[in-house]
Amino acid sequence: MGNYSYEVENLNLWYGDNQALFEVSMKIPYREVTAIIGPSGCGKSTFLKMLNRMVEMIPKVRVSGTIKYNGNNILENYRAEELRTNVGMVFQHPNPFPKSIYENVIYGVRIQGIRNKKKLDEIVEKSLKQAAIWDEVKDRLHTSATGLSGGQQQRICIARALAVEPDVILMDEPTSALDPISTLKVEELIHDLKDKYTIVVVTHNMQQASRISDQTAFFLNGDLVEFDKTDKIFSNPMDKRTEDYISGKFG
Amino acid sequence: MNRRISNNIATSVFILCAVVMIATLVYLLGYILTNGFAEIDWSFLSSNSSSFQEGGGIKNQLWNSFYILMMTMLFSVPLGVLGGIYLAEYSKPGKITNVIRTSVEVLSSLPSIVVGMFGLLVFVQYMGLGYSIIAGALALTVFNLPVIVRVTEDSIRSIPLKQKNASLALGITHWHTVKTVLVPAAFPGILTGVILSAGRVFGEAAALLFTAGLSTPNLNFTNWNPFESTSPLNPFRSAETLSVHIWKVNSQGIMPDVLEIANGSAAVLIIFVLIFNLSARIIGGFIFAKISGKK
Repeated sequence: MGNYSYEVENLNLWYGDNQALFEVSMKIPYREVTAIIGPSGCGKSTFLKMLNRMVEMIPKVRVSGTIKYNGNNILENYRAEELRTNVGMVFQHPNPFPKSIYENVIYGVRIQGIRNKKKLDEIVEKSLKQAAIWDEVKDRLHTSATGLSGGQQQRICIARALAVEPDVILMDEPTSALDPISTLKVEELIHDLKDKYTIVVVTHNMQQASRISDQTAFFLNGDLVEFDKTDKIFSNPMDKRTEDYISGKFG
Repeated sequence: MNRRISNNIATSVFILCAVVMIATLVYLLGYILTNGFAEIDWSFLSSNSSSFQEGGGIKNQLWNSFYILMMTMLFSVPLGVLGGIYLAEYSKPGKITNVIRTSVEVLSSLPSIVVGMFGLLVFVQYMGLGYSIIAGALALTVFNLPVIVRVTEDSIRSIPLKQKNASLALGITHWHTVKTVLVPAAFPGILTGVILSAGRVFGEAAALLFTAGLSTPNLNFTNWNPFESTSPLNPFRSAETLSVHIWKVNSQGIMPDVLEIANGSAAVLIIFVLIFNLSARIIGGFIFAKISGKK
């Protein structure tokens, strides 16, 4: 493993005839938090979904360039399933399965073949603790996850992603459907998790990006306009367009 | 016209339609059940039908109805459910998928008498099955398959995409996602559809007239060897079902108690269809509660 989890070079992406990403090159550092900001439709979510190849779910997608994950190009001879067990994803809207909390957390590892009850119990406890929700749900592990609040559901989803022991976690606007207190909890969680995981967060919220991230990428109309240390981007951006965006002139 | 008045008119129209619907249903059920209920007793359900004397029962017809239903489900459920999963998850938009989808739609709108004629030509004559339970079950499969395909496809499509994404993003293969996320979540819907379609199959007469036949050989309910001609389990014997019996008794019966037999049979038929429908709701709700965990 180098100092970078991802090295993206000259990435272009088309939805049918519409090009959504133009020659994007960026290196995502290992075990740090990288925030991606930009106005709606700028390609930030598309870029994120490229990192675990979830974008392939959409018909008529075409890609060129390279994305190296831990040194291997994931666009060639790489199984999407293998990539996704190492790269977890948390979505904009909490999406627990309509099963119990326990079943949600062990879903991924059970399919990987772990059947031992004691081992599964350990994984559940460890993952829920890491996701900072163990104390809230430890007495009702076998009740439905869909009965929890939105913020709790989102942390269950994070626990579910952590249970398969990824080394990267992608988050697609993870707090945009949550209330302020839940948002704060998820942000604290992101801060705690970066000791062990590389985290890439797409966010609409610039304050959030400045609070949680080590570096920030600014996308506009499919171009990566600027990518630098978060402090630098928010205090002294190089590009006029970045400055306009973070000072609220558009977007 | 003022908005408040038009709103009231619209509300009244909707209520009126609902009342007409419910009233028709209640009247129909009430009529059939009150007329038929008096005829139903144990000897009616457990004795053979007679061709010209008074006091015949519906034992064989009832048995035949259930046997044909079971065999139809045995053919149509696996095929229909797998076909529905294919259409919902695996088929790529394009010509072939359109052809399949159109075929399913055409199949589901075929009049059942036409399905019966088709069964007569293909299963009874061409395949040489004769008037038999198996020919009847195959004809009913043609009749029932599109319903099950449709129900399965709709149930799977109605599961939010985010569920599927959640599973795929964990590195789970498509097949495992179908097996462990989509099908379990769609199961209550599929089961409800299957049970409701069972009610339709149970009451079907036209498709069976030319396939399962209008008569039943003398059955020996102590002989369960399916290869013997008097066995109730023999799939190659002709079999008159309950709904066919109602039609036959009404149109060509010469026993003195034709009306009573028809009324009683109709009530039995309706009761079973009602049981199917109610159990569809109860079982579907129960399984949904079970797989989604306690609240």
